[in-house]
Amino acid sequence: MRIVNQPVPKVDAKALVTGQGVYTDDLAPSDCLIVKVLRSPHAHALIKDINLTRALAVPGIECILTYEDCPDKRFTMAGQSYPEPSPYDRLILDQRVRFVGDAVAVIAGNSKEAVNKAMKLIKVKYEVLEPLLDFRKAKDNPVLVHPEDNWQSLCPVGADNKRNLCAHEEDSAGDIDSVLDSCEYVVDRVYHTKANQQAMMETFRTYTYLDAYGRLNIVSSTQVPFHVRRILANALDIPKSKVRVIKPRIGGGFGAKQTVVTEVYPALVTWKTGKPAKIIYTREESFIASSPRHEMEVHVRVGADKDGIIKGIDVYTLSNTGAFGEHGPTTVGLSGHKSIPLYGKAEAFRFVYDVVYTNVMSAGAYRGYGATQGIFAVESAVNELAGKMGMDPVVLREKNIVREGQVMPAYYGETANSCALDRCLQRAKEMIDWDSKYPCRDMGNDKVRSVGVAMAMQGSGISALDTASVGIKVNDDGFYSLMIGATDMGTGCDTILAQMAAECLDCEMEDIIVHGVDTDSSPYDCGSYASSTTYVTGMAVVRTCEALRDKICAKGAAYLNCPVGDIEFDGNQVVNLKTGESISRAEIGNRVMCSNEDALYASEAFSSPISPPPFMVGMAEVEIDKATGQLELIDYVAVVDCGTVVNPNLARVQTEGGIAQGIGMALYEDVVYSDKGKNYSNSFMQYKIPSRLDVGEIRVEFESSYEPTGPFGAKSIGEIVINTPPPAIVNAVQNATGVMIRELPVTSEKIYWGMRGQNL
Amino acid sequence: MEVKFILNGKQTAAEVGADTILLDVLRSLGCHSVKCGCETTNCGLCTVWIDGRSRLSCSVLAAAMEGHEITTLEGVKEDAEEFGRFLANEGAEQCGFCSPGFIMNVLAMVKELHNPDIEGIKEYLSGNLCRCTGYMGQLRAIQKYLQSKEEVCS
Repeated sequence: MRIVNQPVPKVDAKALVTGQGVYTDDLAPSDCLIVKVLRSPHAHALIKDINLTRALAVPGIECILTYEDCPDKRFTMAGQSYPEPSPYDRLILDQRVRFVGDAVAVIAGNSKEAVNKAMKLIKVKYEVLEPLLDFRKAKDNPVLVHPEDNWQSLCPVGADNKRNLCAHEEDSAGDIDSVLDSCEYVVDRVYHTKANQQAMMETFRTYTYLDAYGRLNIVSSTQVPFHVRRILANALDIPKSKVRVIKPRIGGGFGAKQTVVTEVYPALVTWKTGKPAKIIYTREESFIASSPRHEMEVHVRVGADKDGIIKGIDVYTLSNTGAFGEHGPTTVGLSGHKSIPLYGKAEAFRFVYDVVYTNVMSAGAYRGYGATQGIFAVESAVNELAGKMGMDPVVLREKNIVREGQVMPAYYGETANSCALDRCLQRAKEMIDWDSKYPCRDMGNDKVRSVGVAMAMQGSGISALDTASVGIKVNDDGFYSLMIGATDMGTGCDTILAQMAAECLDCEMEDIIVHGVDTDSSPYDCGSYASSTTYVTGMAVVRTCEALRDKICAKGAAYLNCPVGDIEFDGNQVVNLKTGESISRAEIGNRVMCSNEDALYASEAFSSPISPPPFMVGMAEVEIDKATGQLELIDYVAVVDCGTVVNPNLARVQTEGGIAQGIGMALYEDVVYSDKGKNYSNSFMQYKIPSRLDVGEIRVEFESSYEPTGPFGAKSIGEIVINTPPPAIVNAVQNATGVMIRELPVTSEKIYWGMRGQNL
Repeated sequence: MEVKFILNGKQTAAEVGADTILLDVLRSLGCHSVKCGCETTNCGLCTVWIDGRSRLSCSVLAAAMEGHEITTLEGVKEDAEEFGRFLANEGAEQCGFCSPGFIMNVLAMVKELHNPDIEGIKEYLSGNLCRCTGYMGQLRAIQKYLQSKEEVCS
C-alpha cells in the first residue's frame, strides 16, 4: 500500500501548530450575546419562585429564561441514533432540579460582567427535597429522581422511572450456577469504578445564530452533528429542517461531546431573541455539569477447573447514571459483553445489570464506554483467580484467551474473524521481560517492584445500527472533495479517511481536500463514537471510491469515444488500452463543467452487521515504597491488534494517549461528592489528570490481524486503548505486595493500609 | 484604563479594566492561539512570553503590562512551524488545543536550557497538560527537534 499504513501527518496540522483560530470560540462573532447558566445549589429541589426583577435591570442584559420559557416536552441529550435507548427525561430547564449544578435559569447579555452580575441578583425560592445519593440504594427507593408522568423510554431497555430504573437486562448461555459449582477454584468479588471526567482541553462550547433563511445555525464542539440537529429540534420543539449544525475543529472529545451538553442554552436564546449567542463552559462547569464516566459496581464470579481452564463467568453490574439517563442503558452492556468474551473456553456465562438514577450529575459517554469498567472487574477477578491458584496470570491467560475463528457467545454470538490476542500477549511479555520480573523483586531499599497484566477488547462501531455515508466529487483540474459526516475531534479521521480515498483513487494526499461536517451539505454519518469511524466510515469511503472510479472511467470512455470495457484508470489518466489514447483526470474534471449531464460525484453508505473487536494486552511495571505505600509507575507496555494500522503515527499516539488516561483513572482521578451531593472535584486542583511526570514510560507496538470486513483489513483503535491500565496496575500492586485493591483509584493510602492488613 | 505594550513586535494599546486578565485582552486583540483550559493556573494552555519569559496569561493582570513586551505564538510563526513539523511528524499535535501554549514553552525551554535530558524536559514542561497524547509523542518530537538544532549548530 502506498498511503494506507503510512505515517502521514494530519491534514490540519499546520493550522493547529501555528495557533490559527479554527475552534468554536475563535469563530464566534465578537458581538454575540454571552450566555451563562444559573445552577442549583441543591441536589434535589423544586423551584417555587424565581424573581428576576433586579437581575433584568442590570444594563446589558438581553433576557433571562426559566422553565416557564421552555417547552414541556422531554428529550434526551444523548447523541445516539433515533429512537435513542436513553430515556426522554430532560427539559431544557425544569421546575425540579436533580443535582448540585443542574440548570435553573439561562442568562444572556452583552458582556460576561453583566451576565455574572445579573446571575447574582436572581432570587430563587426552593423547596428542598431529600436527595438520593447512594446508588446502591436507588432501585425501588421511595425518593424518585423522575416521578414525572411525561418521562418516556423509547426502547425496550427495562427502564421504569417509578423504580429509579434507567435500564435492566439479563443475558446468559449455559447453566452458570452448576458450572461454577463444579469448579475447583472460584473467585467471587465486587469491584468499584468511579465517575471519571474526560477532561478534554477544550471545554464544552457552542455558538448560535439565525441565518438569512431564518434557520437556527449551531456551531458547536461536538462529536455528533447530525444528532445535535435532531436533539435541538426535539428540545425546542421546532422542525428539524429549521436547524443546521456545523462542526469546526474540536479540542478533544473522548465521548464527552457525544452528549449535547451546551447546545440547548445559546440555541434557546437565539431562537427567542433572534440574536447570535455563545456559551463557553468554564472548567468548573465542565466538571460539575457535564457527562462523566458511569460509576459502576461490578460483582464477578469466575471459576476454573484444577488445570486452570476458566469454565464460567458471572457478572452483575450496577451502574449509576446520575440525574439523567444519557447513555445509561447502553454503556452498561459493554461491561459484560466486552469483558466476558476475552476468555474463549468458558462453558457458561451470565450477565445481569441494573442502571439507576441518583441525584448526582448525569453520566455519559467516555472512551471505553462501560467496557473499561467491566474489564477492570473481570480482569481483576481473573488476576485474583491466578493468585488463588498460585499460577502466573500470564500463563492463566495463555490457557484461556479467545483465539481467531472462535465464536464468542457473550459477544452476541459473533466470531472472532481477526484476532491476534495470543501474539499481543506473547510480545507484551517479551517487551517488559515478564519472566524475570514476575512475581516481584525486592529492591533492597524498602522498595519492591513488580509487573501486572490485563487484556482488553472493544468493538468497531455499533453492529447493525451505525451508518456512515461519504461523498466524493471531482472538481476542475481533477482535485477531489471528500465529504464526510464523521467528526475529527483531534483524532485524525479527516486524515485517515483521506488516506483511504487516496489509496483507492491512486492519487496523492494533496489531490484530496476534506470537507468537515455541515449537516446542510455533508452526507449523513451518525458521528464519531463507538470506535466506528475507521471501520464504518472507512468502508463507506472505500465503496464511494469504487463507485466514483466507475463514473470516471465511463466519462473518460465517452471522451475517448470507446467502450468502457477498453478503459483503465490509473489514478491520473483514463487510458484506452487498445489504442493507447488517454485523457487526464484534470482534463476530465475541466471538461465536465461544460455541456455535461453526468455529475462526477459518488456517494455510498455503509453499515455492518458485525462489530469486529480490536484486542490488546497491557503490562505495567510499578515500584512501591513499603514504608509509605507510594507507587511509582516505571514502565507500561502495550501491544494492540487493531487489524491493519491505517496510520502508524496516529494509531500510536491514540494508544499512548488512551493509556495515559487509563493511568489517570487507575491512580488519580475520582469525582468526589459531599454528603449533600456537592461535587468537590470541580477544578484541576482537585481533579488531577496525569502530567508528563506521572505517566512513566509508555511503549506501544502493534500485532496486526487482518479484518476481512474492514477497510484494508482495519478495525478500531480509539477506545480499546484506555482499558488495560486500571487492572494491570492493580495486578502489579497485587503481585508486589499481596494487596488487592478493588476500588479505584489506587492510592498510596489504600496500598499502605492494605499492607497492614486493613482495607480502606 | 489604557495600557500600552508591545505585542508581537508591534506597539499596541488596549482599554482594560482593573480586573481584566491578559489572556482575555490578547484574545480580543485577535491572538486566537492563546487558549483558556482551566481557571486555576493548572493547564499551561495560555502560556505566552512576557519580556521573553514564559508566563500564564490567565494569572497576569493586563493593567500590569504597561511598557512590557508580549509574545504569543502568532509572533513566532516561523519557529512554531519548524517545531510544529516535528510535532506533526509524530502525530502528536492531535486536537491541537494545547499546542500553542505547549509550543511557546518548548521554544522558551530551547532558549533557556542547553541540551536538556529527558528528565529536564519533563520537568520544564510539567505545567503543560495534554489529554490526547500521553506526552510520549511530544517527547519524541522535542528530542528530534533538539537533535536537528544540534546538527545545525555543529
